[in-house]
Amino acid sequence: MGAHHHGPAKGLSRWLFTTNHKDIGTMYLWFSFAMFILGGSFAMIIRAELFQPGMQLVDPAFFNQMTTLHGLVMVFGAIMPSFVGLANWMIPMMIGAPDMALPRMNNWSFWILPPAFLILASTLFMEGGAPAFGWTFYAPLSTTYAPPSVTYFIFSIHVLGLSSIMGSINIIATVMNMRAPGMTYMKMPLFVWTWLITAFLLVAVMPVLAGAVTMMLMDVHFGTSFFSAAGGGDPVLFQHIFWFFGHPEVYIIILPAFGVVSQIIPTFARKPLFGYDSMVYATASIAFLSFVVWAHHMYTVGMPVAGELFFMYATMLIAVPTGVKVFNWVTTMWRGAMTFETPMLFCMGFLVLFTIGGFTGLMLSIAPADFQYHDSYFVVAHFHYVMVAGAVFSMSAAIYYWLPKWCGRMYNEAMGKTHFWISFIGFNIAFFPQHFVGLAGMPRRIPDYALQFADFNMLSSIGAFIYGASQILFLYNVIATIVAGKPTSDEKTWDGAEGLEWTVATPAPYHTFETPPRVK
Amino acid sequence: MLRVSSNPVLDTVVKLATTAVAMFAFVFVVMVPLYDVLCDALGINGKTSGEAYTAVQAGVDESRSITIQFVATNNEGMPWEFGPSVTRMVVHPGASNDTVFHARNPLPRPMVAQAIPSISPSRAAAYFHKTECFCFNQQPLDAETATEMPLQFIVDRDLPADIRTITLSYTIFDVTDMVGGAVAAR
Repeated sequence: MGAHHHGPAKGLSRWLFTTNHKDIGTMYLWFSFAMFILGGSFAMIIRAELFQPGMQLVDPAFFNQMTTLHGLVMVFGAIMPSFVGLANWMIPMMIGAPDMALPRMNNWSFWILPPAFLILASTLFMEGGAPAFGWTFYAPLSTTYAPPSVTYFIFSIHVLGLSSIMGSINIIATVMNMRAPGMTYMKMPLFVWTWLITAFLLVAVMPVLAGAVTMMLMDVHFGTSFFSAAGGGDPVLFQHIFWFFGHPEVYIIILPAFGVVSQIIPTFARKPLFGYDSMVYATASIAFLSFVVWAHHMYTVGMPVAGELFFMYATMLIAVPTGVKVFNWVTTMWRGAMTFETPMLFCMGFLVLFTIGGFTGLMLSIAPADFQYHDSYFVVAHFHYVMVAGAVFSMSAAIYYWLPKWCGRMYNEAMGKTHFWISFIGFNIAFFPQHFVGLAGMPRRIPDYALQFADFNMLSSIGAFIYGASQILFLYNVIATIVAGKPTSDEKTWDGAEGLEWTVATPAPYHTFETPPRVK
Repeated sequence: MLRVSSNPVLDTVVKLATTAVAMFAFVFVVMVPLYDVLCDALGINGKTSGEAYTAVQAGVDESRSITIQFVATNNEGMPWEFGPSVTRMVVHPGASNDTVFHARNPLPRPMVAQAIPSISPSRAAAYFHKTECFCFNQQPLDAETATEMPLQFIVDRDLPADIRTITLSYTIFDVTDMVGGAVAAR
């Protein structure tokens, strides 16, 4: 390391004009946490309303705006940017690159994101209210019957789509061109592999989402009839286009989480990852299959039987590579010298709960059974098991795992473990009962419900409040670590950790790997 | 592998950006038309052909009787009175049949309507041929007037044996704003 290199600029301009991958990663992470809190507060309003049957706190129109914005903010504002932030921080350090391949574009792809969400959030204060048609914005709800604010919603989707595409191009360009000498593709850490594949998915499907909202824009304002039967279009076409984007999208969310878990479990099992090659191939297979299963979200639209069968079997096929991954993680732990620090606890929580979510996914994939599950709380329970216990748990694990490397201070382990257990318990109290109310017939996206669901809904709300509160503890722990955590300068925070990111100084200097390392 | 630039990073970026633009175009120029083509070709989605069928002389199969049910629905906000003159007919495959739907515009202004057909079971759509249908065109109607709209159809002799009842449903949409005042005044 040269002794003369300069550190970051001072003041606000450091953040506005920075092209440093660590600064941009940090901004992505803080932004996504802010969105996590915002989307979480929408969820708290939803759960407060559902605490008891009958109309309690908000009117149904506002309730619908909450379910819509909760989904949009969590998917596009919290989970996706958080993993992009992690990619910014870790990918250059993991492959021995000095920075991302396109630092200036990196700055842009972050800075167009806050305005996009400002526009989306501002729809709450517009006449007619925010979008209330669900995060899947099915036509004609989002066209013929949409509030006037739908135009702002479309614009914000365009902008955040652009941000995602730019971010993914940057990640692919970095991984393909900036690897240190000797870092072959099959030596890359799995987090880099899963992100490379995710970035390809993003480049392929974010434009499809942009196409869908552009068609909505044209239907609403320019007299076309893509989704209007009156003019020769078809609302079902919207669902096909949306889910052609939407199903790869759910793997965009979960694949980086798989990568994180594949980094952390070997560290605390003190064994190399079992079946590295099969992990890579499984990730690629999942990504490929994600393009041919979209219509399993729409079994009830009236598809021909042959279509239902095709999408059913293709969907079930995804369980095979996913199963390979789960078994590999378990086998990595088998006979390992395991310890249970906070990141490992979150990964094990992930493993158990994600597997449950995967199994309910298999139940939903069965076309004839899905006619009962469709649009019920069973679906809500399923996707929160894979999104929250999958993506968010692994993100929490990643923060605890790499935070000491980032800021050179150790977090409070007792507080971290407390965060895990409160999250784990709160999460299960919130979402496990939803399986049962769903199977018993409670539909999703309703502000009021039949009396027989009252007890489980109250339980669910209590769990959600517990889970929500535990995130405040998380925030406190992270800030306390950055401000006043116990300083550490160990290059390896964890004795079982492997990888280039653990060979640089702690805290990670502003510039790393200005001379590329040699990978043997 | 094709190289578009000697700078490897630029090469990657150009290829990926092109892919993104191509995927955006893919939605408009492939997915939308392909959807219509597939629905047409496979006869799925309950869509009948939007064009008049030219009858072929194949003889009437008097050994089979098919019940045809007619359903009429107004799309939300459509004020017309709209319905079939008979709600069910029993027909033989191969025979040409006529019926009418009546419509009345109760508003004091001219309007244009478009009827969208749907067949149930959707498998029958490919075997239900219309030689004449008011749904082929937009239907203008002057203020406070009524009309009879003709429908002429043939059930194909190759209709699968297990189908004994076909439901033909029309939803009528107000398209006055879409076509503009010119047609409405016609």
